[in-house]
Amino acid sequence: MKYDLVIVGGGPAGLAAAIAAKDNGIDSILIIERDRELGGILNQCIHNGFGLHTFKEELTGPEYASRFIAQVEERGIEYKLNTMVMDIANDKTVTAMNATDGMFTIEAKAVVLAMGCRERSRGALNIPGYRPAGIFSAGTAQRLVNIEGYMPGRRVVILGSGDIGLIMARRMTLEGAKVLAVAELMPYSGGLKRNIVQCLDDFDIPLYLSHTVVDIQGKERVEGITIAEVGPDRKPIPGTEIHYDCDTLLLSCGLLPENELSKTAGVELSPITSGPVVNDSLETNIEGVFACGNVLHVHDLVDFVSQEATNAGKNAAKYIKEGKQNATKEIEILPVDGVRYTVPKYIRPEVMDDTLTVRFLVGQVFKGCAIATYFGDELISKRKRPVMAPGEMEQVILKKSQLAEYPDIENITIKIEEA
Amino acid sequence: MYDVAIVGAGVVGSAIARELSKYKVNACVIERDEDVCNGTSKANSAIVHAGFDAKPGTLKAKLNVRGNAMMDELSKELDFPFKRNGSLVVCTKDQDPALLDELVEKAKANGVEVQILERDELIEMEPNLADDVVKALYAPTGAIVCPFHLTMALAENAADNGVEFFLNTEVVKIEKKDDYYVITTDKDVIEAKTVVNAAGVYADKFNNMVSENKLEIIARRGQYCLLDKDAGNHVSKTIFQLPSKMGKGVLVTPTVHGNLLVGPTAEDIDDKEGINTTAEGLDSLGVTSAQSVKNVPMRQVITSFAGLRAHEVKGDFVIGEAEDAKGFFNAAGIESPGLSSAPAIGEMVAGLVAESLGLEKNPEFNGTRKGILNPATLSVEERNELIKKQPAYGNIICRCEMISEGEILDAIHRTLGARSLDGVKRRTRAGMGRCQAGFCSPKTMEILEREVPMSMFDVTKNGKDAKIVFGYNKKI
Repeated sequence: MKYDLVIVGGGPAGLAAAIAAKDNGIDSILIIERDRELGGILNQCIHNGFGLHTFKEELTGPEYASRFIAQVEERGIEYKLNTMVMDIANDKTVTAMNATDGMFTIEAKAVVLAMGCRERSRGALNIPGYRPAGIFSAGTAQRLVNIEGYMPGRRVVILGSGDIGLIMARRMTLEGAKVLAVAELMPYSGGLKRNIVQCLDDFDIPLYLSHTVVDIQGKERVEGITIAEVGPDRKPIPGTEIHYDCDTLLLSCGLLPENELSKTAGVELSPITSGPVVNDSLETNIEGVFACGNVLHVHDLVDFVSQEATNAGKNAAKYIKEGKQNATKEIEILPVDGVRYTVPKYIRPEVMDDTLTVRFLVGQVFKGCAIATYFGDELISKRKRPVMAPGEMEQVILKKSQLAEYPDIENITIKIEEA
Repeated sequence: MYDVAIVGAGVVGSAIARELSKYKVNACVIERDEDVCNGTSKANSAIVHAGFDAKPGTLKAKLNVRGNAMMDELSKELDFPFKRNGSLVVCTKDQDPALLDELVEKAKANGVEVQILERDELIEMEPNLADDVVKALYAPTGAIVCPFHLTMALAENAADNGVEFFLNTEVVKIEKKDDYYVITTDKDVIEAKTVVNAAGVYADKFNNMVSENKLEIIARRGQYCLLDKDAGNHVSKTIFQLPSKMGKGVLVTPTVHGNLLVGPTAEDIDDKEGINTTAEGLDSLGVTSAQSVKNVPMRQVITSFAGLRAHEVKGDFVIGEAEDAKGFFNAAGIESPGLSSAPAIGEMVAGLVAESLGLEKNPEFNGTRKGILNPATLSVEERNELIKKQPAYGNIICRCEMISEGEILDAIHRTLGARSLDGVKRRTRAGMGRCQAGFCSPKTMEILEREVPMSMFDVTKNGKDAKIVFGYNKKI
């Protein structure tokens, strides 16, 4: 089998990448999706709030996905469902498997990685205690409630204030469960402010910042959870324990890009994002292999995923048509002073688009600060941001014309400064 | 009336059952949990000791060495993962190398091949040994095994050869009559001419119901961390530490499935159900393991667990007929090296029972059992042939371990098949990977519901009240 472009994953990133590639002149495209329908995790996100940036209206997850799926269908882009990619070789040979075709290989000219992310598990958090039933990642609970229609708990404690956890606090409450508390290890929430208000405050669910789960009781099903306050070292403070009689613990403690396949292809990963290191065309160190969406870095809003993936699809199309862009120079973006990383990490001023959106997360809450951009040592821009939080993505827009005025710089620095 | 009733379907009970099925015998195994391999057998170091450590002359020494020697053939007959990766006991510059010499002496007495290696050779063998390691005892016959598959293989093969298994059946009372035993369970009353006590941490309770030679078994908890397969090559051999004033030390070992295992702690506890981990215990593993292996990537932990070793206060395995209770056979106090010794314990206990009952060999005994097919071991052509015949093998359910629906169906429909998420997980590894069943558990629940068949509301993690969902939305 041969395709110009293989897109691994049919969630929001994969769909937007496919549409953009098609619109940029590529006809031979295959989307490979492991689930039984396109749309990815959006299908279980039945709450609204998606698409404010893209469509200027509040859609549910499935509605947002359906708009992209419709565009894929209209364009006649091929896709295979219930199909698992088993391996990606660094020559862009993709091995996949499903129940009807068996195991098959595809030679692709370009590959877009759009596999999304997974949730950090109880094991990875190393929470002590028993290992009874009733401990779920928030996303698993969301699937059980929203897709399967089953309630995984009656009395619930949630660890982690990531967005899925916040959304599930409200969701479980609406379906008849009692959500007793949300504990967050950090002194700030990992989720969007609007979700704190709409999902916790509106339902009188307490949020305990700087708290963690220190014990899980129950030998068959969860019978109780003990949380405790943590100090600046994030270690529990004895004497601050609060006990809850409950049958369920939901975990919403961070998302991890799922790059097992990227590794088989030899893609270099960032230790900060756990996603591929990419340049301005979202291309990885493996020529013709691009990445976008939550496999690249975990996003707060799907709108940004769609924007990013559109660029990845467009750049993949360009690569297929024109081959490797020759650039003599690659500038590194240095994230410092509160900026944890940037995507992309490298920029090639000669071949970059006219404007380039550089996205990043900050490492702590900043109030009354500004995002400063330096070309070499020279301050180029400084933009005030009243509040920045680690759960909300920030961006800087770079212009090709502006970079052209600084032909000799070796790096760009993005940092948080006093306003 | 059964000839033999075995209490406990852990690795020891299952090994005894399988050895007994080589005879013409009417035997049963009574297990309180919903699956075999649900106690100590499921939560241990998953290693087969070479046998140099046990005190010469003890049952532990004898049965460890014999059990180790039996494993190669057994793993072929019963198709379970087993690998002779070799083991090292490392000595750091602050430790007394004479302790290694003592082990060499014990190894000689036990008939186990070992050699002392110096740092140069060691580093070539294991580049990640701690900088302080100066020499080590190398035992090439040290090995790793999948304890779930070993136990399930033994149990399945016993069942296929006629041994009955009563799962979800808890023994409440054992009474000795003139020449038989009455075993009261939470379900039925079972009568048997002989009883084999393979009840793990509860073996003292059952022994003490019929014998005046009281046993006392202490639950000694061991906590472990299991690391991602990305860390699986950190060491290739099982790395033990010499006991020191800091304690007995922990081991770092690859598993047969390619993960890295670090543990155990050793804490005597009062609660024989106390399989909880503790913050102190888990935290200690990283610190202690660093004494023998450097840079163990503890950030790549995918799960942690605790198991209980059944420590009998006198120290050795307690195996044989109770002197004052004819027909009551103990296989008690089976702590480390219990997993290694299990096949030999099975042979020994079955031999004693057979002699006592005058059993004849069973000419129809079939000692081979096929494990769950792992499609990853097939060629692409073979795999496609399989998928053509059984499309479920093309449908991946567990994305982390790449486990197909076909393997899960096999796990459910085979002898003593899986009835819970853990049952599926231990048989197929679906849910055992880095996402720890986040994605696949709803799918596996659906398969259990359809195939067993059972109500979604009766699907459990591991039996009894370990329910996953309580009702439909708004109906709880």
